[in-house]
Amino acid sequence: MNPSRVRRPELVCPAGNPAMLEAAVEHGADAVYLGFKDATNARNFNGLNFDERSLAQAIDTAHTHGCRVFLALNTYPQTDGWAHWTAAVDRAAALGVDALILADLGLLAHARERHPELHLHLSVQGSATNYEALAFYHERYGIERAVLPRVLSLEQVAHVVRQSPVAVEVFGFGGLCVMVEGRCALSAYATGQSPNCHGACSPAKFVRWEETPHGLEARVNGFLIDRYAPNEPAGYPTLCKGRFAVRGHTYYAIEEPTSLNTLELLPRLIDIGVAAIKIEGRQRSAAYVAQVTRVWREAIDAALAAPQDFSPRPQWLAALDRVSEGASHTLGAYSRPWK
Amino acid sequence: MNPLSFELVLAPIPYFWPRERVLAFYEAIAEAPVDTVVLGETVCARRAELRLPDWIALGRELAAAGKRIVLAGYALIESESHLKWVRRLVEQDEFAVEANEMGTVRLLAAAGRRDWVAGASLNVYNPYALAQLHEAGARRWLPPPELSRAALARLLEGFAALDRGTIETELPVRGPLALAHSARCFTARHYQLQKDACEFRCLDHPAGLPLATREGADFLVLNGVQVLSARPWSLMDRLDEATALAQALRLVPAPAGTLERIVALDRARRLGERPAPEPESCNGFWYGDSGFVYRAPSPSPLAVR
Repeated sequence: MNPSRVRRPELVCPAGNPAMLEAAVEHGADAVYLGFKDATNARNFNGLNFDERSLAQAIDTAHTHGCRVFLALNTYPQTDGWAHWTAAVDRAAALGVDALILADLGLLAHARERHPELHLHLSVQGSATNYEALAFYHERYGIERAVLPRVLSLEQVAHVVRQSPVAVEVFGFGGLCVMVEGRCALSAYATGQSPNCHGACSPAKFVRWEETPHGLEARVNGFLIDRYAPNEPAGYPTLCKGRFAVRGHTYYAIEEPTSLNTLELLPRLIDIGVAAIKIEGRQRSAAYVAQVTRVWREAIDAALAAPQDFSPRPQWLAALDRVSEGASHTLGAYSRPWK
Repeated sequence: MNPLSFELVLAPIPYFWPRERVLAFYEAIAEAPVDTVVLGETVCARRAELRLPDWIALGRELAAAGKRIVLAGYALIESESHLKWVRRLVEQDEFAVEANEMGTVRLLAAAGRRDWVAGASLNVYNPYALAQLHEAGARRWLPPPELSRAALARLLEGFAALDRGTIETELPVRGPLALAHSARCFTARHYQLQKDACEFRCLDHPAGLPLATREGADFLVLNGVQVLSARPWSLMDRLDEATALAQALRLVPAPAGTLERIVALDRARRLGERPAPEPESCNGFWYGDSGFVYRAPSPSPLAVR
């Protein structure tokens, strides 16, 4: 690695509410991402997100500490919702967010046309996995950054970064979608509510827990997603992370309930030249954001200072383990044990 | 009932079938009353019983039998070799192309092509998004599976109001819903094989691998890197509603019953017949409901009387 050409990746942390934002700012986030309190963003959960007033305060707090604010408007509006979504774009522009994270082609065109000064990022929900796709969004809508779906290997990410006309942001830690983001209608099939249209996956209002003679059962809108023996830890019944029967075998047929942790890949991510590392988890807590931000801040700084000597410190991994969903960590698609 | 007017389109085969089976299938299709045949592998780049020149050769044969041909591209591009394949797809100008991801759209637009089809995975949910793809050269589009009948109707009204010209709408009429796509192979996972050494196990499952809940309820179908619905989507008993919104109806090939369904659809065109309801199918998305739901058609006012 040529030190003069090292790009310092930005640490982008989740802010589901003002307390999480403060935790992120305090523990060293370079940027936070957040959304409005409605279906315009992909974490439309009860009690989460910001209204106009709390967003103005959030921007103020973040900017005072030199932290940038990205607003996710990354669901796909339908015709009836169009005015609501474009109003959200206009409101975000007026409040002075540092960038908008969009997925819908119509909204990208709207933002480019009405707010030429706005910095636009392509959301992971845009499903862009190759540099030709990134060039499409760059040429037509002037996006300056894209968040890559969590489906590419490290080598593939490196290739995209080399060829991409825009900066590339990747997920570093948190919950893990095994499907190409923006291309999953499993939740819509089972519940009618989807990440694309409602900003929700396997929403809590459809989840039922029941103690039965067979064990603790978790259902989503009637579909049995998993069943737990008395000593088994039970996780949130996300549809793709349940145990199902295929040809007589019952197992995690789609994905195990693990979460992503790429800490050990950090020097490589820096070497590749990713512009930003994103932490998932706007639906988590201020304690989660504080812990994860602190560890990743220290880790990025350590990896930049001495990339050859970098290895994840045990106390970092222990701290991340305490807050992660599921019992285990994976490198996800970056290193493909299943490949 | 009135004869209906629509173009009948045969979707690409979503499953991995051996070469002989594919060729035999299309040999029968050459004689069947479909207007357009969409050819190609869209799901997994490892599936190569037929390569692009084979699909083009097959397209020529079907074109000679009077079919319009569209060549479909992959839904997920992960590597430079996939992109090379897409470039070759776009460079051939004998047949129109169906774009199933945005890199393909960029290459088609850059080549100045105005004849391509915007596939269902491009996430067009509103008239403004549709206008963007129309401007990039799409002459036809497919709505994403979740879009309801009412939302589609409003989208099309909205697009007409934009006064940007016309675009054809193609609606799936029957076949499993393509619910999700991954880089990870669920069929290889089932066999505890690595994706790159999958032994092409999809060949053993001509309709994919059924996945049931732990209490035996049919739920999904694993089709390599793709997840399909266990219940097939069907508008076979909603043809009047479907043709009120779409110029073209798309049928997904299945290991059995495809020719019979083509005949039934063609009889709706020629003779005004209507296929019988299919209670084992699903149409929830048509009503803005959960996708797996099936609603029986409401009796027509005439039938009630």
